[in-house]
Amino acid sequence: MSTADLVADAVVKRFAEHIAVDSLSFTVERGSFFSILGPSGCGKTTLLRMIAGFIAPDSGEISIGGKSMQGIAPNRRPVNMVFQQLALFPMMSVGENVAFGLARRGVARAERLRRSQAMLERVGLGGAASKRVDELSGGQRQRVAIARSLVLEPTLLLLDEPLGALDLKLREHMKIELKQLQAAFGTTFVYITHDQSEALVLSDHVGVMSQGRFEQLGTPQDLYYRPHTPFVASFVGANNRIVGRVTSVDHASVEMTTADGWAIRALKKGAMAVGDAVEGFVRPEVASLGRTQTELPAGQPWHAGEVQSLLFDGANSAVLLQERRTRREFRIALPQTGQFSDLKPQEKVLFSFDPERAVCFPARAGAAGHDA
Amino acid sequence: MPSAALQRKWQGRLSLTLLLAPALLWLCALIILPHIDLAILSFRERVGPRHYVASLAQYRTFFAEPLYWHVFVRTAVMSVVATFLTLLLAFPIAWIIAKLAQGRASSLLFILCLIPFWVSETVRTLGWMILLRESGVLPSLLVKLGITAVPVELLYHDATIMVGLIYTSLLFMVIPLISSLESLDNALIEAAYDLGADGFAILRAIVIPHAAPGITAGCIVVFMLTLGNYLTPTLLGGKNSQWFTEQIYTQFITRFNWEQGAALGFLLLALSTVMVMVGLRLTGQRFGDVMRRT
Repeated sequence: MSTADLVADAVVKRFAEHIAVDSLSFTVERGSFFSILGPSGCGKTTLLRMIAGFIAPDSGEISIGGKSMQGIAPNRRPVNMVFQQLALFPMMSVGENVAFGLARRGVARAERLRRSQAMLERVGLGGAASKRVDELSGGQRQRVAIARSLVLEPTLLLLDEPLGALDLKLREHMKIELKQLQAAFGTTFVYITHDQSEALVLSDHVGVMSQGRFEQLGTPQDLYYRPHTPFVASFVGANNRIVGRVTSVDHASVEMTTADGWAIRALKKGAMAVGDAVEGFVRPEVASLGRTQTELPAGQPWHAGEVQSLLFDGANSAVLLQERRTRREFRIALPQTGQFSDLKPQEKVLFSFDPERAVCFPARAGAAGHDA
Repeated sequence: MPSAALQRKWQGRLSLTLLLAPALLWLCALIILPHIDLAILSFRERVGPRHYVASLAQYRTFFAEPLYWHVFVRTAVMSVVATFLTLLLAFPIAWIIAKLAQGRASSLLFILCLIPFWVSETVRTLGWMILLRESGVLPSLLVKLGITAVPVELLYHDATIMVGLIYTSLLFMVIPLISSLESLDNALIEAAYDLGADGFAILRAIVIPHAAPGITAGCIVVFMLTLGNYLTPTLLGGKNSQWFTEQIYTQFITRFNWEQGAALGFLLLALSTVMVMVGLRLTGQRFGDVMRRT
């Protein structure tokens, strides 16, 4: 496999009784941006540290650039890491930080200076070489941390939630910058995050991780539109989760009813029979809102609701409804036309969604009781 | 109301003065006053019974008498060596306590370092004498193991003095080192490792620069303690220990020459001040920064 920069084969890591990484296998193509997305404690940091070489897998093998990394120390791997808190060396200037790895490789001083200066210029910090680390802004430090790694021309760049410490505005900005940097350098990036928006925006491929395993591995579009498991459906993007039992089923679709008697239709995902516990998911932007039935798309089953609260957030504005009879919460994205800008709490409305764009999974063990 | 504000201000001043009073009193009565008196003593000469004149004779004697010079330089050199060896020994200990040991193990190790200090220095030093004297534990063990034919005297060597000085000073080096190593972010070590550094490069480029104020603070404290130590060189080095504090003791107590003793005392003070300043200059640090870390 000449085009794969990272291959993990049945990698396992246990801490006492707890399995942090459970027989994980995946491949990351050369030059791609691969994200590992999961809640805290899912094992993604352990996986990253195994790739970097700080911890050894109990079994299985990790290969980087076609070579097995078994028994190879972090300082000898063609991998560099951008740490969560960046870990820039405060005792050195920005230029010395970037030149640190080159010095360790025995690159001559003049060449070191030239290459670190060139790298700083590429990340837009050409004049910062002599500055102290604490003189830089959060975003500039971020770029220094990346430059410090990329100057070594690693096969793989690992990033451990590097945007977590930044404020929202800067985070949005750095997302774009990271994507542009990756495109410009062509280095393979492996990025871990618990923020699904970062993973979706940045990545070519995303592995959604839970309890040491990949729930699903695919493109951001796959994860969003075609989730394979209820975990992926609820973790990636906003979703309305409806729990109930199957009341009728055919080869492709299913009708499910909640315990208090609200029935919806959705696509069938996985094997299920009448009476089985299931979880249904409807994206907020899939549902339509109307004051009268004629405002709703024709041919869709409609439901009655009452406005509970308006969640104004510019382009991401939504309305939180209650299904009128069962009082179950349902979130709908507001259209950008301003059609419903005069909506008031307690107002009676109708809503509908295309059953072809809603999904229904067999309920996970232990997850049947509570609503999302 | 300006009068109320004024009153509050005075109350604030008064409580600050009262709070500082014990420290100021201690500083004045036990440090400053005796030193002023000693300074006056050192600059006078006895020309007849109860008749003194101002003179530099005491300092002239020091520079004219080779024995004083010899002991002075020897004390300084041995103190520097003892400080350096203490640093070498304390660094791994502090590293283990601050970085490698987890939770309870870390505090247990620290307590192990502390426990010997529950015993007075005299008793500890006498303990060394029991171990090292010719009829003591270690020489007889060496005979039993067949390493030496007859018991050897392990006391009264320079090396013995060195062991005693390091043993006495170790804790004062370990404590500032622990606090400076604990504040070192492990991610920095990992980052350096990840960027290709080996253990030595990490120590030189990351750990030592970070711990430099702690190292300097420990060295200053240990150097001063060693230079001014009287008990350990006297007991472990015996008559030939030739420690400068012994010369001072002799002048004051045996020779009853307080003037000469005071002059030697001031020369020792000058020596430690100069050495500390040189040390700070060489490592490029400031006294205030260093003391804040201890």
